[in-house]
Amino acid sequence: MHLAYPAVLSVLLFCTGLYGVLARRNAILVLMSVELMLNAVNLNLVAFDVWLSKAAEETLHSGQALTLFTIAIAAAEIGIGLAIVLAVHRNRGTSDIDKLRDTAEGHEPDGPDTDAPAAAGTAAEKAEATA
Amino acid sequence: MTLATTVGRLHLATDSTTGAAESHGFLSPTGVEIAFLLVGLVTLGAAVFTVTTRQLVHAALWLVVALGGLAVEYLLLTAEFIAWVQVLIYVGAVVVLILFGLMLTRAPIGRSPDADSGNRWAAVTVAVAAAAALVWVVVDAFRTTWIDLDGPAAGSTAVTGASLFQNWVLPFEALSVLLLAALVGAIVLSRKAKADRAAGTGGTAATGRVAGTGRAAGTGGTAATGGTTETDPPADPNGADKGGVR
Repeated sequence: MHLAYPAVLSVLLFCTGLYGVLARRNAILVLMSVELMLNAVNLNLVAFDVWLSKAAEETLHSGQALTLFTIAIAAAEIGIGLAIVLAVHRNRGTSDIDKLRDTAEGHEPDGPDTDAPAAAGTAAEKAEATA
Repeated sequence: MTLATTVGRLHLATDSTTGAAESHGFLSPTGVEIAFLLVGLVTLGAAVFTVTTRQLVHAALWLVVALGGLAVEYLLLTAEFIAWVQVLIYVGAVVVLILFGLMLTRAPIGRSPDADSGNRWAAVTVAVAAAAALVWVVVDAFRTTWIDLDGPAAGSTAVTGASLFQNWVLPFEALSVLLLAALVGAIVLSRKAKADRAAGTGGTAATGRVAGTGRAAGTGGTAATGGTTETDPPADPNGADKGGVR
């Protein structure tokens, strides 16, 4: 099999997840997009491991071991992330990451959304929500 | 005889770079490649639906299709154990967890008008630019590289288990500690919020006032539409907060 097929599919899946992380407002949808990005990385790891195990006689199977570790860490991540989202929803009544801007810098007094400060604010909130 | 082996090695070495292109043929895909391409199209389409649909539960169900398609891709790459782990953990556990999360955050059943953020076109630009750059680099780098899928499977359970428990034992054990820490952390996060809520409604009312002051005008329309589908629980401080998510 041509190595470009899994590599290109992995790239496209990663960019789909990237779009989802940047464009979604619900924190759970952002977590789903993060899962898509992690799966793209997993596909890359598996494809290169299968290639190298034959082409370079690599017997450690590091790619597949790392894939298993990534899957386990992703399961832990989604558990913690959902616990944080549920705690935020319980305290604030919302899981909209555009509205969680207590740590956002800037002078905008929590007004309606404009694009420029929303980018910095949502990045911080996303890091908080998905950490 | 040493000369012959040297020549053979040289021939093998050239085979892997230039000879591979001749033996495989650039635009004559094999059956595995065609199956990979078709399943890849389904996977990519499901992923795109996951990040673009406005119905939150449908996004989770499209995620199931995308993750299942990736499991099939692992099978096509002869990584059987990874494929079944993918089905078990992702499709079995993570998606169920996400559905529970959607349910517990009272996600709407129908279309939610504000599923996408305001910076949607910036996100499209970033994603398309990243995809174009990465596809260009990847295709240019691996144009003459083929995966040899013949012979024994590179990712059967025996091979994966042997390498995992011979070479990767210490990371494996560390991973179990990490999973335990994540479990304890999730329980602590959930319990702490519940204890705060049980301690008194004054704190939640205060935070709700902070979150709700500037948003009442902006979310009034969605609150009016969303309020028809669900009843408001009495613990929430005001109604303006709950319109935003849905």
